Amino acid sequence: MSRRLITLLPLAVFLAVAVYFALALRPNRDTQALPSVMIDKPVPAFDLPSLADGPNLSPAAASGEVVVINYFASWCVPCRIEHPVLMALKSQKVTLWGIAYKDKPEESRTFIAQSGDPYARIGVDRDGRTGFDFGVYGVPETYVIDRAGHIRKRFVGPLTPEIAERELVPLVRALAKP
Amino acid sequence: MLIELGHFALILALAVAICQATLPLIGASRRHGGWMAFADMAAMVQFALVGIAFAALMHAYIVSDFTVINVAHNSHTDKPLLYKIAGVWGNHEGSMLLWVLILAFCGAAVAAFGGRLPATLKARVLAVQAMTGTGFLAFILLTSNPFLRTDLPPANGEGLNPVLQDPGLAFHPPFLYLGYVGSSVAFAFAVAALIEGRVDAAWARWVRPWALASWAMLTLGIALGSWWAYYTLGWGGWWFWDPVENASFMPWLLGTALIHSAIVVEKRDALKSWTVLLAIITFALSLVGTFLVRSGVLTSVHAFAVDPARGTFILFLLIAAIGGSLTLYAIRAPAMQAGGLFAPVSREGALVLNNLLLATATATVFLGTLYPLALDLMTGEKISVGPPFFNKTFGPLMVPVLVAMAAGPLMGWKRADLLGALQRLWAAFAIAGLVVLTGLYLTFGGPVMAVFGFGLAAWTAVGALVEWAERVALFRTSAANSFRRARNLPRAAWGTTLAHLGMGITVAGISASAYEREQIDILAIGATMRLGAYDVRLDAMSKENGPNFTADDATISVLKDGAVVAVMHPQRRFFPLQKQTTSQTAIRSSLFADLYLALGEPDGKGGWTVRAYWKPLISWIWSGALVMALGAAVSLSDRRWRVAAAARRGTLGVRA
Repeated sequence: MSRRLITLLPLAVFLAVAVYFALALRPNRDTQALPSVMIDKPVPAFDLPSLADGPNLSPAAASGEVVVINYFASWCVPCRIEHPVLMALKSQKVTLWGIAYKDKPEESRTFIAQSGDPYARIGVDRDGRTGFDFGVYGVPETYVIDRAGHIRKRFVGPLTPEIAERELVPLVRALAKP
Repeated sequence: MLIELGHFALILALAVAICQATLPLIGASRRHGGWMAFADMAAMVQFALVGIAFAALMHAYIVSDFTVINVAHNSHTDKPLLYKIAGVWGNHEGSMLLWVLILAFCGAAVAAFGGRLPATLKARVLAVQAMTGTGFLAFILLTSNPFLRTDLPPANGEGLNPVLQDPGLAFHPPFLYLGYVGSSVAFAFAVAALIEGRVDAAWARWVRPWALASWAMLTLGIALGSWWAYYTLGWGGWWFWDPVENASFMPWLLGTALIHSAIVVEKRDALKSWTVLLAIITFALSLVGTFLVRSGVLTSVHAFAVDPARGTFILFLLIAAIGGSLTLYAIRAPAMQAGGLFAPVSREGALVLNNLLLATATATVFLGTLYPLALDLMTGEKISVGPPFFNKTFGPLMVPVLVAMAAGPLMGWKRADLLGALQRLWAAFAIAGLVVLTGLYLTFGGPVMAVFGFGLAAWTAVGALVEWAERVALFRTSAANSFRRARNLPRAAWGTTLAHLGMGITVAGISASAYEREQIDILAIGATMRLGAYDVRLDAMSKENGPNFTADDATISVLKDGAVVAVMHPQRRFFPLQKQTTSQTAIRSSLFADLYLALGEPDGKGGWTVRAYWKPLISWIWSGALVMALGAAVSLSDRRWRVAAAARRGTLGVRA
């Protein structure tokens, strides 16, 4: 009898894994657009040390321009995937601010030096407090901030070229119009 | 027109596969010779039809027929011919077609070379193979059809992702697929054996070459992929524990367990039920790999077309194939008779240990790959487990594998003398110890784990050589006698030695990475930076034009003690079509170290970011894999497989 149970075990394990795959495929499991309670709220206050030896990064630094805030970390593989998209955004004159999330500053610097720097400014959120205020689930996450300093849109997970082109850039352009 | 022909051929192939999956099974259970023989013909025809379909698609790529949507999305007239051809499988639809082509090829090979298989077993194997084929052909035709046309053909194609335009990557998928799909044959044999209710030495003798060939291909495919990542991605990494890498690594680990446990079935008629289970799960992991890559469930650098409909389809395939076979296993395996008995300390025992450790390692990788997804499902939290997890769990598991690897082949079947086996390994002990001591002396306070790794590498490699020396009685008899023994040594034994030696080489290469040097700096023309014992000097920058890109080309001299040892040309290539920049690294390989240069961004003031690495023994990682695959190939050429053929023919009276 016990032998029978043992030979049933692989099937049982497989079925559990299959159920879990099925859950992962649920059509409403949207990996990109997570709603945020922060939408249309003023951006939370923060004052982060700069990754380079510049002045601290705070919302006031936007001085009435549209900025896109991107949370990243050197340890995050999806961030590396996302990185070329950010470089493309930079070439399209989108103002990007980077926030290095729960990352050692020297490792963030190596990552930027190796892959290229898409950001106009980079703040260091060593313990993730600012990320907590934003409601960051994980990295990468990207927020569009309008000229009045309100969060208008949140993108969870890596930006793809399609999302950047179809959603992010048009939104930034629209918000930039006076 | 050719495209429609290809499309039609693929539909016909599906029809043939459906017949091949059913009629021979009925024939085998009713002992109807004609129905069983139908499987042979069907397998050949199926291969021919899929071949026509594949050729039609390849033709469309070569002539740049942009009325075909798939070609328009993935090719471009300016693309070099090699990448037009590689473009066929550089996208989701085409790669699935390649998958089915190889599947049909394996089926045809079983039909063509399986003349001495028992008729019922052969019919059942081919039927199971056709079931897999049916699933994938339906998948292509229903969700991923590469033969669709568009009414509005673009003037030119969208091109292939520039990162993928590389010879290493062009040949990486075919090898991986040969590996994945090769495991489908072992799977078909396992399921057929469960239907027959009989697993014996003859069965193992049939499965082993397939498992071995598939393992060798997977080894090469993984090594090529890793080598590609090393020289293209531009930061010198060669393994990232990326979900897609893991997807190919898991079947490799379990396939390694399979080729070893099949030995026990063949020689000692034991571990039968376990071996069948391994064959099933190895293929299951290949399928899971496909599912993970194709469904977009996990984020990865390989992110192919993401489409939930495809994911659902593959999930159903997975449930049908794996759920079905495991159900059959649960019904039939308890009735399987346990074979030869053995003491815990014996060759069998060593192989069981090897299997347990490899299965645990596979489970670890499986958990690490899927845990982020599980967490996402349960809590909505998105995390990246990353290399730290794998290094902490996988590394320690490999230590006993390597330790046991040298001792295993020296132990006798049934009951062995562990002390005796270890005594014969005194040379391996001595050299490994010497390596560790030298390493500790040279790098006192340095990376201890790396030194330990070198010791393990030496232990493994020398252990493999000691086993070989034992077999040919090296130094214990005359040189001529040893030479004669070496000549008479079965190829399978040579294969074992080579494969184990290759593993040692790879481990040495991995351990050496702790000593690499890295330097990143912005260099103006004429400026120099220091990299270990070398000076790296940016001499000049120039612009170059490629067929579908423009490039910034750097001329960089590497000097040692003031003398130029190498002039290298790393490039940054810009592909205007995709608005994408890729880094073309310059690598100077030698037996003992690689010099690796990558060109980064300009700083706008005449300086360029240059990344330079010195990577000791790094090429050993892939050379070791090559030696492992070579070992498998040598083992495949063993007389034993042919002797079985002769014996069989003998009974038919062709040859005594």
